[in-house]
Amino acid sequence: MYVYADNAATTSLSPRALEAMLPYFSQIYGNASSLHTPGQRAAEALQKARETVAKAVNADFKEIYFTGGGSEADNQAILSGAIAGARKGKKHIVSTAFEHHAVLHTLDKLKKQGFEVTLLDVHENGVVTPEDVAAAIREDTALVTVMMVNNEIGTVQPIADIGAVCREKGVLFHTDAVQAVGHIPVDVKALNVDMLSMAAHKFHGPKGVGALYARKGVVLANVIEGGQQERGKRGGTENIPGIVGMAAALEEATASLERDMAYVTGLREKLIEGLSRIPYSRLNGDREKRAPGTVNFCFEGIEGESLLLLLDARGIAASSGSACTSGSLDPSHVLLALGLPHEIAHGSLRLSVDRTNTEEEIDHIIRSVPEVVDYLRDMSPVWDELERGLTPHLI
Amino acid sequence: MALYSDTVMDHFQHPRNVGKMEDADGIGEVGNAVCGDIMRMYIKVKDGIITDVSFITFGCGSAIASSSMATEMIKGMPIEKALELSNKAVAEALDGLPAHKLHCSVLAEEAVRAAVKDYYDKHDIAYDPAIFGCDLACAHEHDHTPTEE
Repeated sequence: MYVYADNAATTSLSPRALEAMLPYFSQIYGNASSLHTPGQRAAEALQKARETVAKAVNADFKEIYFTGGGSEADNQAILSGAIAGARKGKKHIVSTAFEHHAVLHTLDKLKKQGFEVTLLDVHENGVVTPEDVAAAIREDTALVTVMMVNNEIGTVQPIADIGAVCREKGVLFHTDAVQAVGHIPVDVKALNVDMLSMAAHKFHGPKGVGALYARKGVVLANVIEGGQQERGKRGGTENIPGIVGMAAALEEATASLERDMAYVTGLREKLIEGLSRIPYSRLNGDREKRAPGTVNFCFEGIEGESLLLLLDARGIAASSGSACTSGSLDPSHVLLALGLPHEIAHGSLRLSVDRTNTEEEIDHIIRSVPEVVDYLRDMSPVWDELERGLTPHLI
Repeated sequence: MALYSDTVMDHFQHPRNVGKMEDADGIGEVGNAVCGDIMRMYIKVKDGIITDVSFITFGCGSAIASSSMATEMIKGMPIEKALELSNKAVAEALDGLPAHKLHCSVLAEEAVRAAVKDYYDKHDIAYDPAIFGCDLACAHEHDHTPTEE
C-alpha cells in the first residue's frame, strides 16, 4: 500500500479532468485567437471553461482571468493592488506572517520599490482576526491580502469578515484561496473579496494552470505582456487543455463538495485522534477552524526530514516544515509565525488528505507514524536529554 | 528518493553502531537543536585504539547517515588516525551528499573529535589544544536571527 497524504502539495489529475483535456492536445488544437474553425473551437472551449470556473465561485465569467498557476495569480493580484494604490499615493499593504511565498516574496519586491508592508501576527492558533486587520489599515493602505486556508497547517481565515472590514474602509482585498477552492465553499460575493487566486492542481486539475478572479471594476496590471488574451491582462496563447482540465476538475469537486467535506473531515478527525496519542506531540493550528483535510503535528525530539524519509519507505507520502526539507537553515516560516521554537518546528509533519483517500489509508498512517517517531526518538540525543529531565519539555 | 545516494539511504535506514554506550571512555556531542541536528558519539578506547564506537543523532537523513558512516570508519582505528578523519572522507564514503547537506559530514567529523577530546580530558592525557581548533560547540555556523519580514 502506498498512501499519498500530500494533497496540499499537489493532487493527482482526476480521470474526468484528464478525459476532458485529451481532445485539446491533438484534435482541437487551434489557437483561440484564430478566426478559422479550429481556432474558434478552441475559443468556444475556453469560454465554456471560463463560465464553469466563474460559476463555481459565484463570479461573472468576465471576472475570471486564467493564469499559469496560483503563484502567478498571487503575483498579479498583489502587483495590481500596489500599482492602483500607488497612483493615489497609497503605498502600504497589509498581509500576514504566514502567507505563501508567492505572496511574501512579491511583497518583498514591493518593499524594495518603496512600499511599506505590515505583516499581521497569526496568533498561536494560526488565525488572523478581522480586528487585527481593521487596526492595521491606514489612510495610505492600498491593499489587504490574507490567505483563505493556510497551506501548511490548514487553518481557515475569516475571509468574509476581513472582506467586510476592507469594504467599509474602502481598501482593496485579495485572498490567496489556492488551498480552499475545490475543498470548501468559495463564493466571491459572500467573501467580500475583490481578487481571489486559485490553482488547478490543488483540486485534481492539471499543473501549470490557475485563475485570478478580479471583481468587475478592479484594474489589473499585467505580469505577462503580450497579445490581447485574457482581456489584455495576460499575454500568451491560452493553455486550452490545461484550462479545460481545470474547469472539469473544479466542476467535479464542486458538485460533490458537501459530501466530500463531511467524508474528508471524518478522515482528518481520525488522523488527529490517532496522532494525538503520541506523547509530546502537538496539533498545530486551531482545532476547529481548519480545512477538512490538512493536519500538521510536531513531535518533540525528532527531525522532520528523517521522519518523512522513513514514512516514505513505509509507503506514506507526507511533508514537513523542517529546515532540512525547506532547503534553508530555518524551519517553516508558518510554524515560526505560530510562535513555535525552532527545535519544535524542526519536528513537524503535515498530512493532507482528500476525497481520494480511504479509511484504510488513515489506519496505515496512524499505525506507522507512532512507530517511526519512537524509532527516531530512540536514537535522538534531544529525546535522551528530555527523557532524563536534563532539558524541559517544550510541548 | 533521489535526493540521496543509495549508500546514504542504506546508512540512514540501517544505521550502524546506533545507540547509547553505558561504559564509554569518551563522549562527544556537537550541533544544536535550534539548527535541527545534534550528534552524540561514544568511543571505547584500549591501548590507543578505538575498540568500539556508537552514536545517537537528532537530525535529517544525511545527519544520521553521516554519523553511521563515521562510526564505521573509525572503529578499530588508532586514535591519532581517527583524528584525521575529514568531513570530505565521510561524504565521499557516502557516495556524496547534496551541497546543502555537506554540513552533516562536518558534524560527523566534529563529533569524532569531540569524543576523542573528552576521552583525553577524562583520562588526563596531555594533548596539544591546537589539534581541536577553536570551539567544538559552534561546529557549524548557522544564523538564527529570524529574517525581518
